[in-house]
Amino acid sequence: MIRFLTQNSWTLGLASLLILLLITTKLIQPDFGVSGLDSLARAALPYALATLGMAVVVIAGGIDLSLAAMMAVTSVTAATLMQGTTDGGAALVVLAVLALGATLGAINGTLIVTTRVPDIVVTLAMLYVWQGTALLILNAPGGSAAPWLRALIVGGVTLPYIPPALTEWLPKGVVFLLLTLAIIWLPIRRSKLGLMFYAIGSDPLAAFRSGIAVGPTKIAAYATAGLFAALGGLAVTMSTGIGEPIPGPYLLTSVAAVVLGGVTLGGGRGGLIGPILAVFILRLVRMDLTLLNVDPNITTIIEGAIMVVVVMFGAVFATRGRS
Amino acid sequence: MTQTLTQAPILDAKGVAKRFGAVTALHDASLTLHKGQIVALMGANGAGKSTFVKILTGALRPDAGQVRLQGRDFTATSPATARRAGLVPVYQEPSLIPDLDVADNLRLGNTDPVKFRHWVNELGITDLRLDATIGRLPLATLRILDLARALAAEPDVLLLDEMTAALPTDLVARVLQVVRRQANEGRSVIYISHRFTEIAAICDRATVLRDGATVGDLQIEPGIEDRIVDLMLGGQIAPAATTTIRATTGPTRVQIRNLKAGTRLTDVSFDLRQGEVLGVIALEGQGQDELFDVLAGNRRAASGSLTVNGTEQTFTHPAQAIAAGLTLVPGDRAHALLMTRSVRENIALPLIARFRNWGAIQMHSEATRVTAAIDRLQIDTRAMGEVRRLSGGNQQKVTIARWIAKGVETLLLFDPTRGIDIRTKRQIYALVRDLADQGAAVLFYTSELAEIRLACDRAVVIFNGRVVDIIDAADADEPTLMRAAYGLKASA
Repeated sequence: MIRFLTQNSWTLGLASLLILLLITTKLIQPDFGVSGLDSLARAALPYALATLGMAVVVIAGGIDLSLAAMMAVTSVTAATLMQGTTDGGAALVVLAVLALGATLGAINGTLIVTTRVPDIVVTLAMLYVWQGTALLILNAPGGSAAPWLRALIVGGVTLPYIPPALTEWLPKGVVFLLLTLAIIWLPIRRSKLGLMFYAIGSDPLAAFRSGIAVGPTKIAAYATAGLFAALGGLAVTMSTGIGEPIPGPYLLTSVAAVVLGGVTLGGGRGGLIGPILAVFILRLVRMDLTLLNVDPNITTIIEGAIMVVVVMFGAVFATRGRS
Repeated sequence: MTQTLTQAPILDAKGVAKRFGAVTALHDASLTLHKGQIVALMGANGAGKSTFVKILTGALRPDAGQVRLQGRDFTATSPATARRAGLVPVYQEPSLIPDLDVADNLRLGNTDPVKFRHWVNELGITDLRLDATIGRLPLATLRILDLARALAAEPDVLLLDEMTAALPTDLVARVLQVVRRQANEGRSVIYISHRFTEIAAICDRATVLRDGATVGDLQIEPGIEDRIVDLMLGGQIAPAATTTIRATTGPTRVQIRNLKAGTRLTDVSFDLRQGEVLGVIALEGQGQDELFDVLAGNRRAASGSLTVNGTEQTFTHPAQAIAAGLTLVPGDRAHALLMTRSVRENIALPLIARFRNWGAIQMHSEATRVTAAIDRLQIDTRAMGEVRRLSGGNQQKVTIARWIAKGVETLLLFDPTRGIDIRTKRQIYALVRDLADQGAAVLFYTSELAEIRLACDRAVVIFNGRVVDIIDAADADEPTLMRAAYGLKASA
């Protein structure tokens, strides 16, 4: 038990910070309730999915600057293809778009592995490529989304036979996110592939010597990130009902949330729960400051300061724990 | 013996060649290994040993030549294919993933945990937790885990690269025993080490590399050491450093009284005098790391006093130790060098790392001093551009050369000859002696007992965090040192 606590102390710390922030929000805005939680979850969803993708690549020792651009490509592809389709057709589109995301990610990874150009350079280049691609597909926000998709992430959870009052407070957006984690990340984390992600991020040379195929593993990590980016793109289309060809501000937020979430930028350390909590923390801080009528420019300064302070305190605790 | 000769060799490498750009690392390397044999692969630094090992284990592809394993043509394309073919290496650097725990590392390599546990116990580590994070275990333990993991794979051919370099004496004995028994049970071993005693103890044959080619394949027999050294050096042997033991009458440079630090250094007192080389002998983990850390300002002592040139000192930062004239050459070269910068910059760094030298670097004076230091140490300058491309021995020379260029009062050497070849070792002994003759005081921790007589005037033996004996080099034969290091009273 103590072991579990110390190993997950960072995540637990973030969780308590999040709860503290929720209470603060309720204090400064007594109206904050079910609908506030729902809109927070919906606004945070694309950020959270981008962060999941980023976290996987960073754990595997890389970085992907083209995540937001991949979200744009998948978002417009989904919105364009879904225009005028049936509900069943939309389901096929969803699957196709997920496959597309994984492919885009795999292209990033393959380029990095085969050209040996640093990941930061390759993905920066691909950022431009995917940006242009998105605009070629759809040169202005447009297209449409199947209504049942929107229903998946809007509102509170209602289950048959259970009184709505019990479950309604839980936003569907959060459930969607947790399901995503359970379906995509859990199997990877439990299999050897997950260990291999951590291994190549921790020490690629030692991993190579242990007989791990470092290149293919890296490509798999980027493909996983692409899959999460596709989910992020779909989330944008689902909540707005249209495709958005201009990448949103997801890239920098995802890096910030990954760092705040306890994933080491050098790779090999951290999990995916921490970064998700970090996304919600960053969104809540922004929301609270807006509610307090703080100048938006000062808001960004405060967000930056929080990141540095939290990560610094974390480092202090980490060194204390060791000695 | 006749039986092994009629059998086809289990591993047979012939005419292996490899070039890196303009540098030819190997041009005609060969090695034959029979079932149940242990072959020592030997060679001076830069002879191409590391490259040959990488080719044999599949980490590199040869430009020419042939490697046959169990009679089949085999050129491993990755360590994974080599493993599947039955050749399992234990590299010089640990190949466990630092951020994962032991159990995850086993899963990653498909190692059977039961067999692994068996070998870990067999090798003398009984308190290992499978949920311990690799990055927090000491280096010696990691080496043992690496070996246990390789043994658990039950390989036909085991390749051990400087397996014992970082191990304390008691674990070395266990490792040698286990390896020899493996060979007796029919496995074959390629054993790489610079320690003749180990090779004499367990190896059947020695294959000697020089300048990228195999120059000899000898049967191990008493007195073979000289022949091997001849072959490795190619006739151009520097005479063994004949240390003249001198009376150490210089004034006391560093005085240590009742020093205590951390959990392992409990009570150490001795004097280090000007002009002497004072050896330090201790088994792994007896407090020597803490002693050197305190002297170098990396760690504060819990109690006791440290007096340098008559002034009592409490260092809180390495810069203070350096200012007081105490200079540490750490055991891990990677901690001391800027691996991606040039030899020249690395040597010049201590010269310019002072505030009052801010501004333009005096190129001319720097260049002269650096060149002098390079000449002095005969550093191989083919790969001047980046220190990480030098061989281990040459890197070690750079770590010492930088302090010669600067001029040094008190030099703290922590196992400076670990894992480097005999010619470089001798250069380092001579260099240390010269520094002492010029008035430096040198504290010389070594994990090789034989070095005390070759390089030192006296030796301090530390056991269980205390000084148990101070022995003159003349009396410091290996059995005496060994007994003292194990905390046994010297026989009267």
